[in-house]
Amino acid sequence: MIKFEILRRRSASDPPYTATVSYDRDADTTVAEALTYINAEILTDDPVAWEHSCRQKKCGACAMLINGVPKLACDAWLRDYPEGVIRLAPLRKFPPVRDLMVDRSVMFENLKMLGAWLTENADGDTEGTAYDASRCLQCGCCLEVCPNFYAGGKFSGAAALAPASRLISEAQGADRKRLYGAYNERFYRGCGKSLSCRNICPAGIDTERLLVSSNAAAVWKRLFRRGKKK
Amino acid sequence: MKVINIIGAGLAGLSAALTLAEKGIHSRLISVLPSERAQSVLAEGGINAALDTMGEDDTRELHFEETMRGGVMLADPAAVKALTDGAPGIVERLAALGVPFNRNPDGSLMLRSFGGQKKKRTAFAQSSTGKMIMTSLIDAVRRYEADGLVERLSHHTMIRLLIKDGVCAGVRVRDDYGGRLYDYAGTVIIACGGLNGFFPGITTGTDANSGMAASVLFAQGVKFANLEMIQYHPTTIGIPGKRCLVSEAARGEGGRLFSLKDGVRSYFMEERYPTLGNLMPRDVVSREMYSELRGGAETFLDMTGISDGTWENKLSDLREEIIHYLSLDPAKEPIPVEPGIHYFMGGIYVNTRHETCLPGLYAAGECACIYHGANRLGGNSLLGAVFGGMTAAQSVSGYRDRPRLTDGAFNGADELDCAPSEAFSASLGYMLREGLGIVRNDSGIRAALENVQMLGYGNAAERAKKALAEAMLYSALGRMESRGAHYREDFPETFEGFRSVTAAEYRDDAVRITFEDIGQGGVDNDKV
Ligand SMILES: Cc1cc2nc3c(=O)[nH]c(=O)nc-3n(C[C@H](O)[C@H](O)[C@H](O)COP(=O)(O)OP(=O)(O)OC[C@H]3O[C@@H](n4cnc5c(N)ncnc54)[C@H](O)[C@@H]3O)c2cc1C
Ligand code: SF4
Ligand code: SF4
Ligand code: FES
Repeated sequence: MIKFEILRRRSASDPPYTATVSYDRDADTTVAEALTYINAEILTDDPVAWEHSCRQKKCGACAMLINGVPKLACDAWLRDYPEGVIRLAPLRKFPPVRDLMVDRSVMFENLKMLGAWLTENADGDTEGTAYDASRCLQCGCCLEVCPNFYAGGKFSGAAALAPASRLISEAQGADRKRLYGAYNERFYRGCGKSLSCRNICPAGIDTERLLVSSNAAAVWKRLFRRGKKK
Repeated sequence: MKVINIIGAGLAGLSAALTLAEKGIHSRLISVLPSERAQSVLAEGGINAALDTMGEDDTRELHFEETMRGGVMLADPAAVKALTDGAPGIVERLAALGVPFNRNPDGSLMLRSFGGQKKKRTAFAQSSTGKMIMTSLIDAVRRYEADGLVERLSHHTMIRLLIKDGVCAGVRVRDDYGGRLYDYAGTVIIACGGLNGFFPGITTGTDANSGMAASVLFAQGVKFANLEMIQYHPTTIGIPGKRCLVSEAARGEGGRLFSLKDGVRSYFMEERYPTLGNLMPRDVVSREMYSELRGGAETFLDMTGISDGTWENKLSDLREEIIHYLSLDPAKEPIPVEPGIHYFMGGIYVNTRHETCLPGLYAAGECACIYHGANRLGGNSLLGAVFGGMTAAQSVSGYRDRPRLTDGAFNGADELDCAPSEAFSASLGYMLREGLGIVRNDSGIRAALENVQMLGYGNAAERAKKALAEAMLYSALGRMESRGAHYREDFPETFEGFRSVTAAEYRDDAVRITFEDIGQGGVDNDKV
C-alpha cells in the first residue's frame, strides 16, 4: 500500500491543499501510471491536472516534485519509495496553473530573449556538443534546484545553457559574436557554478561539460574546435 | 493582415510555420503542449532521402518506387514523386539548420538501411533523429517568433473549425490554463499528429495526440481516407502506460528476429525472405511475428552481433533505453519484442497541394492521408511531415480568401468544449483493437462495430470520437481484400479493383464509405 499525498489547487488564485489517496496496486510501475490510475478509478469526478505526453522520459511534460525532488513522473518508479509515502507537488519556480500543472513559458521567453537561433548555416560540430545539448527537454528540473534562477530574472539557468551550447558549437560568422554576447549576459554572469543542476537533469545532460566548453568559446574566446583556432 | 492558424506544433506544424515566415506570412502556432513535447521528438531511426552518399548508386526514382511498392500502390504517385524528389533538399536543409546527423569520414551524411529499401537511404542522428530535428526546427522558428511573424499559443486545444459559407473561416480554441475560448479568423492548417487516442495505452506514440481534433473535423464534415490502414511496428516492448518502440534502426544495423518454441530458435524472417530478411516492410514483418506468436512461440530481437562501435556511435540511446526498461543489455542477450500500434497511414484526405475537401482547410503530417498508401516505410514519415508542412504552407501562400470573421474571445457555450471520459476512451479502444488487429476478418470487424454502435456517449466529444471510430471499422469492413497493413484472413489476396481510396464522410449523423480513384482528394482552393 502506498500513500500518495498530492498538493492540489483549483486555480492559481485558489489556496493549495493536500489530497491523500491510497494506492494498493503493483509497485512495479511509475508515478505517471499510478496517477493515471488514480484519475481514472479513484478521483474520477475530480481528476488531478498534470501534463504528460510521451510517457518514456523524452518530452519533459511530466516534471514535478516527487518527495521534494524535481523528477519526471514517468521516470519515477514506485518501488524506489519503500517508505510507502509519495508526495507530489508542482514545481515551485514557475507560476502555478492547477494541481500539478505549472506555467513554464518563462523558459521559452528566456530563449527568445537570448536569441536562441542561427541566421547562417550551421558549421558542423565535431565534438558531439550539439548532439548532447540538443537533448534538452525544456523540463525545468534544473531551474528548480538552481540557487540563482528565478522566473523574471535575466539569468536563464541550465535550461538556457543547453540550447545556447548547441548553437555556440555550431555557429559561424555574425551568429557567433551575437551568441557569445547573449551567453555572457544571460548565463555566464549569473551562474554561480555550484553545479546543483548537474545531477538532476533527467536527460542526463552533463551541464558541467557544456559549461566548460561554452565558457571556453564564448567567454575565453578560445575557439576550441578543431581547425578553428585563430 | 493575413494570419494562418496552424493546429499542432510537431514537425509538420513547425515546418509550415517556418515556410510561411520565410515568405513573410504571419501564423499562429497553436498546440496543446509546446513543441518539445510533441510526438515528433520520439522519432528514433531516421529520415529518408536518396542522397547516395554510400556508394550504392541510389536514386530518387528508386526511393519513389520503393515508397509506392511499400504502400502497395495505394498512395498518389504524383504526391510521392514530389516527396521523394524533394527529400535530398530537405535533409540538406535540416543539416544546414544544425541537425547533428551522423557523417561519413569524408563529411557527407551517413545513411543506414531501413525496412523495405534495398539501398542505404536513411539519414540519422544516432537513435534520436526526431529530437535532433525538432531542436533545430524549434530554434529556426524561434527567430520568427521574436520577429512577431509566428505567434505561439501553446497550452491551447482546438475546439472546432469555424465554417462560413462552406469555407473554413477560422478556428475556435480553448486556453487550457484559463479555460477561456477564443475564435481566430483565417485559413487553417491541421498538423495534429496521429490517432493515438483511439488506442489508449497501446501505441508507441504520445497520449497528447488524443485524436479529438480529427474527430471534430470528421463530425464537421471533413473527408477522411484509408482509415483502416494502421501500422503495427514489429518490435515494441511493453512499459508502464504504453508500447515502447525498439527502432527499426536496430535491424538496419544488423539486429535479427527469431522465434523460440520448445527450445528451438527460428530466424523466420531470414528463412522466409532471403533478400530483405529482417528488413521487409513492417506490415510483412508484423504479420509473420503474429503468426509465430499465434503458433505458441515467443519472439525476440537478437542484437548481439552488433559491433561495439555501432552501439556507441549509432545506437547509444537505444541501448540505454532497453537496459533501463528491461534490465537486459541488448548487446549481450536477445530481448523479447512484440508488434504494437505505431503509425496511422489514413487520416484527413488531402491532395498533392495538401488541400482538404473544405476550402480554406489544409492538413499535413501524420494526421493527413497522402504519401504512405497501405503501409509507411520507416524514415518516410519525418520526411512526409517536413515536406507536407512546407507544401501546405506554399499552397496557403497562394490562396486568396477574404476575411469572414474577426478574432476575439468567444463568450458563449460550445458543446464541444469538453473531452471524452477516460472510461469511454478505454472502452472504445478495447473494442477497436478487437476489430482492427494485425489479422482481421468480417465477423471480428462486425462484432467490434456492433459494440461501438452500442456504446453510449455522454457528451459531444464522445459522440464525435465514436463517429470516427465507426468510420475506421466501416473502412476495414468495406475493403474486402488484403493490402499492406490491412490483412483480411477471409480475403487474403490483393485485388486490383480495390486499388482505390477508402473515403469516409459523416453526413446526416451517419458514416458513409465510398471507394474513390486515387488522387482525387481535396478541392483546388484557387478555383473555389
Ligand atoms: C516512437 C516513435 C518513433 C518514430 N520514429 C520515426 C523515424 O525514425 N522515422 C520516421 O520517419 N518517423 C518516425 N516516427 C513517426 C513520426 O515521428 C511521426 O509520424 C511524425 O513525427 C508526426 O509529426 P506531426 O508533426 O504530424 O505530429 P506530432 O509530432 O505528433 O505533433 C502533433 C501536434 O499536434 C498537437 N495537437 C494534437 N491534438 C491537438 C488539438 N486537439 N488541439 C491543438 N493541438 C493539438 C500536439 O500538441 C502536437 O504539437 C516515429 C514515431 C514514434 C511514435
Ligand atoms: S551551475 Fe549552479 S548557478 Fe549555474 S545553472 Fe547550474 S545550478 Fe544554476
Ligand atoms: S538541462 Fe536537463 S533538467 Fe534542464 S531543462 Fe534541459 S533536460 Fe531539463
Ligand atoms: S510524459 Fe514525457 S517525460 Fe514524462
